[in-house]
Amino acid sequence: MRELPEARVTLAPVEAKAPGLRARRLLAGVLGRLYRDRWGLFFAAPALVLFSLFILYPLAQGLLLSFFEAGLSQDRRFVGLANFARLMGDSAFLQAVRNTGALVLGVAPLSTLLGLAISLVVFPLSQRAQGFFRLAFYLPGVASGVVLSLVWLWIYQPTYGLLNHLLGLAGGPRIAWLGSSEWALPSLGLVVLTWILGQPVLLMLAGLGTISPELMEAAHLDGAGPAARLWRITLPLLRPTLLFVLVTQTIAVMQTVVVVIVMTRGGPANATQTFVYRIYETAFDFYQFGYASAMGTVLFLFAAAITLVQFRLLGRELEG
Amino acid sequence: MAQPAPVLNPDRAVALPGGPPQRRLDFGKLGHFVAVGLLTLAAVASLLPLYWMITGSLKLQQNAMSVPPELWPSSPTLENYRKLFFGSKPALRWFLNSLCVAGGIAAGAVATSSMAGYALARKEFPGRKLFFVLIIATMILPREVALVPLAMLMRQFQWFDTYQGLIVPFLCYPFGIFLIRQFARGLPQELLDAAQVDGAGELQVFSRVVLPILKPAVGAVAIFAFVGGWNEYLWQLIIVNREDMLTLPVGVSKLVSSLTTFDLGVAMAGATFAFLPMLVIFLAFQGYFVKGVTLGAVKG
Repeated sequence: MRELPEARVTLAPVEAKAPGLRARRLLAGVLGRLYRDRWGLFFAAPALVLFSLFILYPLAQGLLLSFFEAGLSQDRRFVGLANFARLMGDSAFLQAVRNTGALVLGVAPLSTLLGLAISLVVFPLSQRAQGFFRLAFYLPGVASGVVLSLVWLWIYQPTYGLLNHLLGLAGGPRIAWLGSSEWALPSLGLVVLTWILGQPVLLMLAGLGTISPELMEAAHLDGAGPAARLWRITLPLLRPTLLFVLVTQTIAVMQTVVVVIVMTRGGPANATQTFVYRIYETAFDFYQFGYASAMGTVLFLFAAAITLVQFRLLGRELEG
Repeated sequence: MAQPAPVLNPDRAVALPGGPPQRRLDFGKLGHFVAVGLLTLAAVASLLPLYWMITGSLKLQQNAMSVPPELWPSSPTLENYRKLFFGSKPALRWFLNSLCVAGGIAAGAVATSSMAGYALARKEFPGRKLFFVLIIATMILPREVALVPLAMLMRQFQWFDTYQGLIVPFLCYPFGIFLIRQFARGLPQELLDAAQVDGAGELQVFSRVVLPILKPAVGAVAIFAFVGGWNEYLWQLIIVNREDMLTLPVGVSKLVSSLTTFDLGVAMAGATFAFLPMLVIFLAFQGYFVKGVTLGAVKG
């Protein structure tokens, strides 16, 4: 009890001095840390600066701009959630979201499954044959989207295009692939599929290579047939790869835009509008920057949600 | 789950006596042939558009539009290439532009990625964890999200129709940083310490010890960045309006957008020319592609 006032006495002067002292200590600490980390900072600096300026800042700016009405002139007007409200009633945008969803649901699982099927058949073949098939499926992917789109534009041409000719040989009908609203979107989907199929094939071939042959042989000796080995060994071990492929393919298909720009410009009758093409048109043909940013924000949310869900799955995969 | 009964596995009885361990998922001989047949068909279908493009570039307009299509050009000619390069459009300039842009992006991305990847893997700096998380996030999230503000930033910088505008926004390459970081984590610390004991400064350790070991990863980053820069279409379309600043893919696609004068052969020649460097790079560095794609998939 007697010591309490004493303690108060000794405490008081320190507290009075504290602000200056603490600030100085803090500054010394920060400087010391910066000095200690100077080489880390030095090596990271170029990327950090470029990242902040050209990736992070535009991203933040885009989120902010979604709440403004902004055009070519410098002045912008805060409109709250009006851009988002307008999106809900924008039939071309909603059509674009539906189309993009259809593309994602149609193409991403298909490319993942096809990649799996192809790699399962290719894997046991000789090195040389593996090399050929890897080349065959990956090569369209190194061509740019424009290059492929230009060729497919010609292949899809109804009167002198290659596809209708080949179909005709098999007795099929002539189809206006890009000109009819029912065929246009699947036609683009096929181009996107051939464009992105290389990654799943490459990854799953590599994944199959990591499964030990001894394991397979042991299962074989234990009487597991091909189907049982596929279901019980190959697929479970490939699951992380499969999920990774599905995530990246989903995000890739979500960004479908080049084929639209070159081949259909969103037509006929909005049948091939896609998410990113809407952003592109809204911003760079109509100069509605705020509205386009709102679309970008929605795309961001979609992509983030999908990624998070898939990462949860991946995470569980890693724990289990 | 029930063990499959041995009787249901006819291949067991066949395969067991002394046969070499089989890697294939034997669906039986017939199944195997059917599968490989289908696979070959799919591979042909996958390569067909590229074949069609290259042979198409050798066809004159009337041959290109003939019904039925000429599966092999009846009178192959280089006329389309002459028209492309010596016609009214500066296609050669577009080609050089693309080369500069892709080369600039590759060089810059290699520098920033190897430095930052090394720093993330082996050095301490404030915000390191946050930076890594952001790199991963932007690697996955579509870049188109920030398209509009980035274009507005370019307008402020007055970088429309300039090489800076085409190159600089791509110099920070999240995938490259990630790739190098994955690789640099495996560097033996004794090696770095030994170099430092020998009197090498931080810069020398980086350039003489770290970079040479990281060469495969650095190569993969260079190739991916180059291919990415060459094939980056949307951005180049947005920020270039002047004809002499166009890149090859954008220029060629603009040839076609005037549909009334759409010359198929010339378009295919342009497409072929835009594709050729990618083909050469892919054939020369196939190993790097495989390595890059697989390493990028490793969860860190």
